[in-house]
Amino acid sequence: MPEVLKAPLTVEFPFTRSLGPVQSAFLTGLRERVVLGVRTGDGRILVPPVEYDPVTAEEIRDLVEVTPTGTVTTWAWNHAPRRGQPLDTPFAWALVRLDGADTALLHALDAPGPGDVHTGMRVRIRWAEQRTGAITDIACFEPYDGERAQPTGHLGQFEEPITGIVAPARLDYTYSPGRAQSAYIKALSDRRIVGERCPSCRKVYVPPRGACPTCGVATGEQVEVGPRGTVTTFCIVNIKAKNLDIEVPYVYAHIALDGADLALHGRIGGIPYDQVRMGLRVEPVWTEDSRYPDHYRPTGEPDADYETYKELL
Amino acid sequence: MSKEPVAVVGVGQTKHVAARRDVSIAGLVREAARSALDDAELTWADIDAVVIGKAPDFFEGVMMPELYLADALGAVGKPMLRVHTAGSVGGSTALVAAQLVAARVHATVLTLAFEKQSESNAMWGLSLPIPFQQPLLAGAGGFFAPHVRAYMRRSGAPDTIGSLVAYKDRRNALKNPYAHLHEHDITLEKVQASPMLWDPIRYSETCPSSDGACAMVLTDRAGAARAPRPPAWMLGGAMRSEPTLFAGKDFVSPRAGQDCAADVYRQAGIADPRRDIDAAEIYVPFSWYEPMWLENLGFAAEGEGWKLTESGVTELDGDLPVNMSGGVLSTNPIGASGMIRFAEAALQVRGLAGEHQVDGARKVLGHAYGGGSQFFSMWLVGAQPPDA
Repeated sequence: MPEVLKAPLTVEFPFTRSLGPVQSAFLTGLRERVVLGVRTGDGRILVPPVEYDPVTAEEIRDLVEVTPTGTVTTWAWNHAPRRGQPLDTPFAWALVRLDGADTALLHALDAPGPGDVHTGMRVRIRWAEQRTGAITDIACFEPYDGERAQPTGHLGQFEEPITGIVAPARLDYTYSPGRAQSAYIKALSDRRIVGERCPSCRKVYVPPRGACPTCGVATGEQVEVGPRGTVTTFCIVNIKAKNLDIEVPYVYAHIALDGADLALHGRIGGIPYDQVRMGLRVEPVWTEDSRYPDHYRPTGEPDADYETYKELL
Repeated sequence: MSKEPVAVVGVGQTKHVAARRDVSIAGLVREAARSALDDAELTWADIDAVVIGKAPDFFEGVMMPELYLADALGAVGKPMLRVHTAGSVGGSTALVAAQLVAARVHATVLTLAFEKQSESNAMWGLSLPIPFQQPLLAGAGGFFAPHVRAYMRRSGAPDTIGSLVAYKDRRNALKNPYAHLHEHDITLEKVQASPMLWDPIRYSETCPSSDGACAMVLTDRAGAARAPRPPAWMLGGAMRSEPTLFAGKDFVSPRAGQDCAADVYRQAGIADPRRDIDAAEIYVPFSWYEPMWLENLGFAAEGEGWKLTESGVTELDGDLPVNMSGGVLSTNPIGASGMIRFAEAALQVRGLAGEHQVDGARKVLGHAYGGGSQFFSMWLVGAQPPDA
């Protein structure tokens, strides 16, 4: 079995969220150490609050303050906290029904060990020192034996309410391009471009995907293509992309390498951008620091006839 | 047993804008759903099931947003389905909802699609830095621009056609109060003077990025009989898919699009779409896709689509008006864009399209596509039920 490549892939982005009236009040309240729920048509108090009644579907806006003390309704011990979780030492994920609420809120409960946590135990909010209007304004819950706290009668009206938040999202993958592309990438290091032929329709795929998308069968027979090819179509890019260090304007082209049955994509250089044309014959230009050809340049051959590449656009 | 005829009795849209910072995603979808129910004069209790669609989750970064939207859409205690087919999702979502009615699984279904692009980053979501792979050299417009050049080469179309489409669609948008772009001072010269981004595509020939939602209430024959306003009847509907890339793929006129249209026309008894269909709402995110899709959909022979655009046939007062609403070029909340095409087709045959109404529109096509020109969904709606 040939070597199959693997590499980490991290996908991370700070998404913005507009809160709408109910979440805005809830998160602004946390900033002010006030916990707000919402009253439903049948008189229940939901914490955290929602915008629409789960029973009647009507819009609900009647905000009600509850207390920062409550009762654990169920829990699970987290032995190994991960990046971004509320506490960096082991803790319980707990559902807490705050006094005055009819539903429970999910958060972290700081306790020495799982033997110190039980359903029905009394807890209270430990507020974060720096509060910005986010669920993390509740640092966590902690065990509490004292009196039930009393609400202050807050109506949910605040100066300078929070109307939006930034919610970072991150996913960590181990990415593997698979057998066929691993072989393709390995050949690139010898500056060879190697595709695979479908045993059924005989088409040569570059880059190979390991299977023919038309016939649905595995491909295995390796076929070296190029290095020369034909520009089948292209565009002139006039706007600079954030992640690319290429001076504009430049030409982004579909290039059918000789022997390949579909075009791959590349940049055209070594010729003024406004002289690139369909049918131009090109060859790859390799650089030391890049796995892929840096760009393709004209070979000086006569242009290919349209009839020879019109199926390869 | 034959299928149940499917009627559109309610249509609702938000006013599409660049950013709706005043509402959550729930608040946004709620507005469209509420206005579709109001149009049908129905309540949440009258809805038997909800079918929702949007573009990929990673655009806004909410995994399976339909779970949290169940309250906002009155779906508690009812079936709720999510449909995924990239940019064509608004169309395929409506078709899944229609099939539930046609199969007599449910009598009345709410269907809805949305995107809050101001809280997403579609360009980033579509171009992750995959290890070992060469980065895409051009972005979304750069992906499509070479196909436009291929069309120009194949058809011999003059290079002014793209700007004519953009000028038409932006003027149509001025007659649609829900459209995002309202460029009151638009002129053909301004379109033609706008910067060339991905030659041959100019800035003015690309779609905006919008926040918006669109909803429809679909119902059976009995529901249509109770409707307070004229229904639109589904005469045919189909979806087709093909791979993003394969040897022999025709990006200018994909086989899946041709087959999808042929299926819809067969169901609806359309022999000659150019003669038998009165108007069309076609998914045109870059202006040149109007002539390309006119050919793919059989409104013109291969290489002839641009002549319909050039001669004014696709203008609002032309013989085959296209994108009367202003189209995707004027409004693009990605996940909703396909459903807006379907809903605008329904509004036309109901006679409720307001200032952008086409007089006497009896049969109108709604069309959506997505991915790398690989998912297609279409429906044809009529003013009369299919058996009439």
